[in-house]
Amino acid sequence: MKNPRWNPYLVGALIGLLSILTFSLANKPLGMSTGLAQASGACALPILGADKVAANTYWAKTAVPTWDYSTLFLVGTVLGALLSALLCGTFKVSADSAVWTESFGPSKPKRLIAAFLGGVVILYGARLADGCTSGHGISGCLQLAVSGWLFFLVMFASGILTAKLLYGRSRQA
Amino acid sequence: MLLPLAFLTGPELLWSAVAFGLVFGFLLHRGGVTDFDVIVRLFQFRDFTVIKVMMTAIAVGGVGIAILHGQDLAQYHIKATNLLAVGLGAAIFGVGMVLYGYCPGTGLAAVATGRLDALAGLAGMLVGGIAYALTFDWVAANILPVGAYGKLRLPELLGLPEWVCYAGLVVMAAGIFALVHKAEKKA
Repeated sequence: MKNPRWNPYLVGALIGLLSILTFSLANKPLGMSTGLAQASGACALPILGADKVAANTYWAKTAVPTWDYSTLFLVGTVLGALLSALLCGTFKVSADSAVWTESFGPSKPKRLIAAFLGGVVILYGARLADGCTSGHGISGCLQLAVSGWLFFLVMFASGILTAKLLYGRSRQA
Repeated sequence: MLLPLAFLTGPELLWSAVAFGLVFGFLLHRGGVTDFDVIVRLFQFRDFTVIKVMMTAIAVGGVGIAILHGQDLAQYHIKATNLLAVGLGAAIFGVGMVLYGYCPGTGLAAVATGRLDALAGLAGMLVGGIAYALTFDWVAANILPVGAYGKLRLPELLGLPEWVCYAGLVVMAAGIFALVHKAEKKA
């Protein structure tokens, strides 16, 4: 099996070109978390009922649960990653990662619960900030938006601190 | 106002979303950033892949879109600088990213490569989205208005011409890459 990874500078440049295309041809920036918030509205339908979802200010105005550019972009992202993984033969059902195992051992349930909680936290943060690593980090920063750079710096600082607290022990090894 | 280049509308726009997303997902996987270890080691200064990908994307995309914008061929989409919401949200986001091991985009892409932890986190993200929607009225009344400076850009904030800021961006990216290579050599 060939090394599937491309040079990170090449990949970065291609993502930059991709955002030039989406900005100019579709008048859309790259972004992820709005689409996920829209999807969360769709998932809330059977739990909360259609009336409650429709009456919610956020789902009614900002993140309407529907198939539109943002949600279809997510579908494309899944397909693209799947295609890449299949093409280079790296598709593998697994939950192992070296850094996690060094600190917390090989327990799968432990890892999955932590990932679930991390998912809850990350999307709440992304919606509060109105963007994620794509919407603020790439699209915002490349337009020299103050919100983008503020997000990037604070996220990075918070990540460093959290990594120290969570995985600090494994660094001594 | 419709831009001369923005000819994708209606159903074509929706198809383009799938196509653009497909390229994005493909690139995230090829870039190696759909990997838990690559993401978390960034915050331990042990792996700089994410920084290389992001800073190159920002520099290339930034200069390209600035040129198009100067010719009225692209529009900016600036998100509001709500100091407290962006600051607090980013701090929460950083905790989530290190615990999850992915960001929302790379997590979604990692699900498609067979990662079960990414899938568990995707379920978590949907719950997080529901939690935000349910608390939105309170957030909108109490958090969003604190330090709301509107759609602010660095050239306005710093009082510098556009081209100086973009030149600064490129120089900064080059400087970061130089530092990263120095750190990689040491390791």
